Amino acid sequence: MNQFEEQAEIIRQEQLSPEIFRLTLKAPEIASHALPGQFVMVRTTPCYDPLLRRPLSIHQTIGNQQVQLLYKVVGKGTRLLAAMTSGHHLNLTGPLGRGFAFKNQPAICLIGGGMGIAPLYFLAREILRVTTPPKCVVLLGGRTAAELGPLPRDFKDIGVTEIHIATDDGSLGHHGFVAELLPQHLDSGQWTVCTCGPHPMMKAVVGQCRQQGWQCQVSLETMMACGISACLGCAIPRADLSGPYLHVCKDGPVFKAEEVAWL
Amino acid sequence: MNQPDLRVSIGTLVFKNPVLTASGTFGYAKEFAPYVNLHHLGGVVVKGISLEPRRGNPPPRIVETAGGMLNAIGLENVGLDCFIAEKMPYLRGIGTRVIVNILGDSLEEYQALGQRLSEVEGISALEVNISCPNVKKGGVAFGTDPAMAEAVTRAVCAQTTLPVIVKLSPNVTDIAQIARAVEAGGAQAVSLINTLLGMAIDVRSRRPRLANIVGGLSGPAIKPIALRMVWQVAQAVKIPVIGIGGISTTEDALEFLLAGATAIEVGTANFVNPRASQEIIEGLGRYVTENRLSGISEVIGGLILD
Repeated sequence: MNQFEEQAEIIRQEQLSPEIFRLTLKAPEIASHALPGQFVMVRTTPCYDPLLRRPLSIHQTIGNQQVQLLYKVVGKGTRLLAAMTSGHHLNLTGPLGRGFAFKNQPAICLIGGGMGIAPLYFLAREILRVTTPPKCVVLLGGRTAAELGPLPRDFKDIGVTEIHIATDDGSLGHHGFVAELLPQHLDSGQWTVCTCGPHPMMKAVVGQCRQQGWQCQVSLETMMACGISACLGCAIPRADLSGPYLHVCKDGPVFKAEEVAWL
Repeated sequence: MNQPDLRVSIGTLVFKNPVLTASGTFGYAKEFAPYVNLHHLGGVVVKGISLEPRRGNPPPRIVETAGGMLNAIGLENVGLDCFIAEKMPYLRGIGTRVIVNILGDSLEEYQALGQRLSEVEGISALEVNISCPNVKKGGVAFGTDPAMAEAVTRAVCAQTTLPVIVKLSPNVTDIAQIARAVEAGGAQAVSLINTLLGMAIDVRSRRPRLANIVGGLSGPAIKPIALRMVWQVAQAVKIPVIGIGGISTTEDALEFLLAGATAIEVGTANFVNPRASQEIIEGLGRYVTENRLSGISEVIGGLILD
């Protein structure tokens, strides 16, 4: 198993908007093994309060040395993370879980909402590095233009030519939800859709994909204590609501949309 | 320099050190192979096994609390047949003692588990989880009634050739009374404590944070309670006591040994620091060396009361 525990030095902590931060860490083992869609468990303090590690998806790796994380301050753990500066060390375990599957899709669409954008950037970069799909569309949603910050630009810089934005307040792009962009920007071809974001957004995306017969992969988030399938805390029901539960940390976090229940 | 002597004995079993990993926090050991030298451990207590596979509770199953966590996993496990066929081959090769935690809803289930596992190579002992409800006796947990605790212990001991450790629930008025009952039932050791029943509410939605409404509290928050109970039980019984409850550091482990525990189990700390058990073993070694002790067993029950 290619999993590692690393005492990672913080190279850079950038505040992208009032609540959103981008953290660059030196973690060579994790960086050289990570795949798009995988995550790390971050220990936010060497003490035991808050107790549990925080699962964060990998925003990108830089060379085979650095790991970048994108996160929003939502509670005590992420507030502690945001207070750390370069030179500090953080304990990481990873890379964990099953990432996105991508190979030679003729048309691929990535749909991210809020912090769900984090793993999609890594995915877009890898897709464009290993193949040149004839069509690659990125749809990004956020509450405000400020929340999205430099992210649309980042996708453009790695060669994504078609990016569309939706914001809840209309401050950038479409005034509304990002899932509403699908019908107008995706033609009736055979698309592969990869999505990560709030549950209602993904549910709306999955519904449209099902109607169109498009393949759809979703990256899910749950409460999680260990990240290595020991605690079994991250159970989610299967699509048919029977049989053993799936576990987000090991069976996911990326699933085929049809594997899981959309309640 | 001589290696510090960390060996401890529980009944007829000698452990290379007193640090085990607690059931439900270490999977089937393989999950921790990237992080821990498994053969350094005193032993591994695997995730609780029932006769049939169990699906467990619906999510959400866990919630973080101050210095701890609540869980209501609901004893999800692969079941006995799958455990023997798919998990035991790996466990036989990890180079340390394997203790199998068992659970059931009737005396017959516990007996069947004890009998079947006696025939499986590579198991050092059974740890009997008596916190489950006895469905045939109206759902009262085996672990909260001294007579039922004794009966289930006696039933398992009669069916197995393996040493039997009984894991006690702290959700009782007098844990020493339960400990004496399982000692009378033939247990070779007791381990304690299992989780403390707790609850958390989301004030915005006004709903419980766990789908099961209540769950078991674990982690550093429960350590003082666990330590007190271990101390009480160690005085009440003659069989060895294994201390469990919030142990995260070497100092925590030493506290339990001083209170009378012969060995300890590291639980929730494994989630936070997957190397916790190994670091505690290293720390105990340093403690023995620095204090010029003949071995760690000198520490057991060494609490001084003036």
